[in-house]
Amino acid sequence: MSLPSKDMMAAIAATRFGLGARPGEIEAARGDPRGFLQDQVRREGADIPKDDGESAPVRYAAFADLRQERRAARQETRMVAGNDMKPIPLVDAPGANAKSDAQKEVQRYIRQKTAGDFLARAQLAADTEAAFRERWALFFANHFTVSQTKQAASIVIGPFEREAIRPHAFSRFEDMLLAASTHAAMLTYLDQAQSVGPSSPAARYQTRKGRRTGLNENLAREILELHTVGVDAGYSQADVTEFARALTGFSIGRAQDPDIGAFVFRANTHEPGARSILGKAYAQGGEDQGLAVLKALAADPRTARHVCGKIARHFVADDPPPALVKRLETRWIETGGQLDEVAKALIAAPEAWDPTPAKIKTPYEFVISTWRAVGGRPASFERLNPILTSLGQKPFYPPSPKGWPDEAGAWASPDGLVKRMQWTQGFAAAVADTRDPDALARSALGARLSEPTARAVARAETRREAFALLVMSPEFQRR
Amino acid sequence: MTDRSPSPSRRSFLAAAASLGVAVSFVGRQAHAADGAKKLVVVVCRGGMDGLSVAPPIGDPGYAALRGAIAIRPEEALELDDTFALHPSLTSVHALARQGQARIAPAIATPDRARSHFEAQDVLETGEAKVYGADSGWLNRTLEVMGPGKTEALSVGTTAPLILRGKVQAASWSPGKGVDEAARLPTLLQDLYKGDPLLGPAFARGLETEAMAQAAMTALAPAPASATEGGMMMASTPAMSQPGGRPADNRQGREAARKLGSTLAGFMRQADGPQIAALSLDGFDTHAGQVGQIATRLTYLDAVLDGLHEGLGPEWKNTVVVAVTEFGRTARANGTGGTDHGTGSTALVLGGALKRGGIIGDWPTLAEPALFENRDVAPTLDMRGLFKGVLIDHLGVDRADVEKKVFVDSAGAKAVTGLV
Repeated sequence: MSLPSKDMMAAIAATRFGLGARPGEIEAARGDPRGFLQDQVRREGADIPKDDGESAPVRYAAFADLRQERRAARQETRMVAGNDMKPIPLVDAPGANAKSDAQKEVQRYIRQKTAGDFLARAQLAADTEAAFRERWALFFANHFTVSQTKQAASIVIGPFEREAIRPHAFSRFEDMLLAASTHAAMLTYLDQAQSVGPSSPAARYQTRKGRRTGLNENLAREILELHTVGVDAGYSQADVTEFARALTGFSIGRAQDPDIGAFVFRANTHEPGARSILGKAYAQGGEDQGLAVLKALAADPRTARHVCGKIARHFVADDPPPALVKRLETRWIETGGQLDEVAKALIAAPEAWDPTPAKIKTPYEFVISTWRAVGGRPASFERLNPILTSLGQKPFYPPSPKGWPDEAGAWASPDGLVKRMQWTQGFAAAVADTRDPDALARSALGARLSEPTARAVARAETRREAFALLVMSPEFQRR
Repeated sequence: MTDRSPSPSRRSFLAAAASLGVAVSFVGRQAHAADGAKKLVVVVCRGGMDGLSVAPPIGDPGYAALRGAIAIRPEEALELDDTFALHPSLTSVHALARQGQARIAPAIATPDRARSHFEAQDVLETGEAKVYGADSGWLNRTLEVMGPGKTEALSVGTTAPLILRGKVQAASWSPGKGVDEAARLPTLLQDLYKGDPLLGPAFARGLETEAMAQAAMTALAPAPASATEGGMMMASTPAMSQPGGRPADNRQGREAARKLGSTLAGFMRQADGPQIAALSLDGFDTHAGQVGQIATRLTYLDAVLDGLHEGLGPEWKNTVVVAVTEFGRTARANGTGGTDHGTGSTALVLGGALKRGGIIGDWPTLAEPALFENRDVAPTLDMRGLFKGVLIDHLGVDRADVEKKVFVDSAGAKAVTGLV
């Protein structure tokens, strides 16, 4: 397979591998398009967004305090309402107001933290000169989805990406799998924190007290199905249940614990006994048993095939060339899942440089690339939230553990395209009047700018119309 | 930016619905006068809806013990017969059931046994015997075989669900700013998209739909009764609120859901309105804290169905509604006040066209040896059989087409007859 011209490769580097070209980016990539991308790959991981930097434990501790205040307010309300004796007012305001204020405070905290995290991440994406590095991190953040659909996980999605995903973006896949599977966000999102081995000491104690406890197999199943070997790997229900047993004890420090919000292993909820998962035996053991299963899954060749297939689908085509998947898979196996090497194999693969753009940008990629085209960045969460929500990609709200879809059919909907156009018109009204549209078209698309689009931009009646045509052109919508 | 939509009241509730994550879509066909035409609504409850909560078998001796604290208490349940009741949130469904206009299929499943949401939804929506059997949805193929006639598709929302995808292109619409028809941009873009097989047709359909939806909204403004194009409709509400949300949220959500149902009905009652509609409701994956979460979801489901019933008015007698899920959940409660992925679940079948009758399919019971793989409700009815029966007997789709083109390889799933 022959490669396209250097000019075309520079445009592809910025738009297909990256997040859309900022002014000057394609020019910078022109000398050595592959080297431009290779230089972005680094062992120390992806960039960290400039949010408030709070860790998951800090967030959970603050959240627990707020909820405590809410509970106290509720009790106060009950006292005010239900006691004939004169209540001792703890606050000046009437109880009912205190309650709703505390409730609002909790909601406000969640909104403030998630908005701050999301904005910082979007600003990083809009600003970065290493956009391939960011795309790679975003791919894995979606691979290990944590969603606000579980409210308790909302405030730690940002910390999860910062702590579990980004530092390991170019480490071994095993490192990322372990970090993700032991992070408070994932343990909350997929219900692992409360899973109790039915024969564990904790279960026996609870049973004596007349309470029901037991396994929750949600995380075990999704690790197999989505994060590692994939749904076609041929595992059985027994494998899922066995894995869920091995994972019992993986939990989070509770509100009263000093290690609130951090990973803890609760030996007394761990299911005793040896386990057999996907034909492999695991000796009785505490935390190490679950970790051993995770390590075996990371090393499983089916995991290499599953994840490499997803990488190729994400970066290159909905139906990626089998030769490309094979290359990535081979490199993964050779290096023991070393993600920097897999990233470099993707850059080196000729199939990844086919000039025909097969992918449609997701709403996030589309919106970010529009800011990048003008060298700007979103100034507030409110610049992002309405458009992403109306295009079906509400911030931090993927609909299921499978994450956002990666196929054109899911995003190139009739309504979605009309909405993209309407948003573009508003964006154009704000930015286009002071810019030269022809120069913008060249800097945003380089050699990918088609003759019909260049002509349409040149012939537009207004700069706003020209800008909207550029951003809505097939080559800008695709990558 | 001005709001160009001519109907603030419709718009505002649709906007409210959108804020809850509601989306609606149609695929459809013209050439059917709406009044009098047979109508079908399919509700897809995503996440694995717990059949044992939807229609708790409170008379089954195994039920209370298996479910423990998350069992629906007999005194709260809405009685159907000696064995079954309905979840306390399903008050509208229960009222219909008492009139013989709602029935349950308590042990139904797709042919998929993997207990994966994504595989099972795929199988449910494609109507195939196994996963990745087709790229198109069975409702879309139904329209294909029901042709000829100009087909019309609308999906209100931004992503097309698989059940609607296929040769009959689904358009989509959701409340937005409206398109300025005086602007040149849409025309210029259509020109740029000429050579793009994906963007070209999708954008053209988007513009048409926007115009149609605005016309429909105008016509609909005070009461749901007038005219558009024929077809199928789709709505979805992603997991919107947390388990057991606050009562005020629930009330608002219920009202939005009811209005969504009556709007769907309004579209379907228009002269060339959609004959087939689909709607989806997310958030049924109740691994933990099931009691509150499922009460919220079923409250919305009940409200949507209530809105449909009310909005369809005299057309209710020509309508069948089927509410299904990709799989049921474990018969036993898990350790976190919830249930894990299972197999058999409950389908609701409603409509003025229904014949009176008991449960649809057999009840395998919850006796331990009767459980599927010693954990789930054992399915006794293939979901495709239910769908096939409705297509043939209710919509009058040609039996051979149903067997050969809509549900390929479904000979083992015999069509359920005698429902209407």
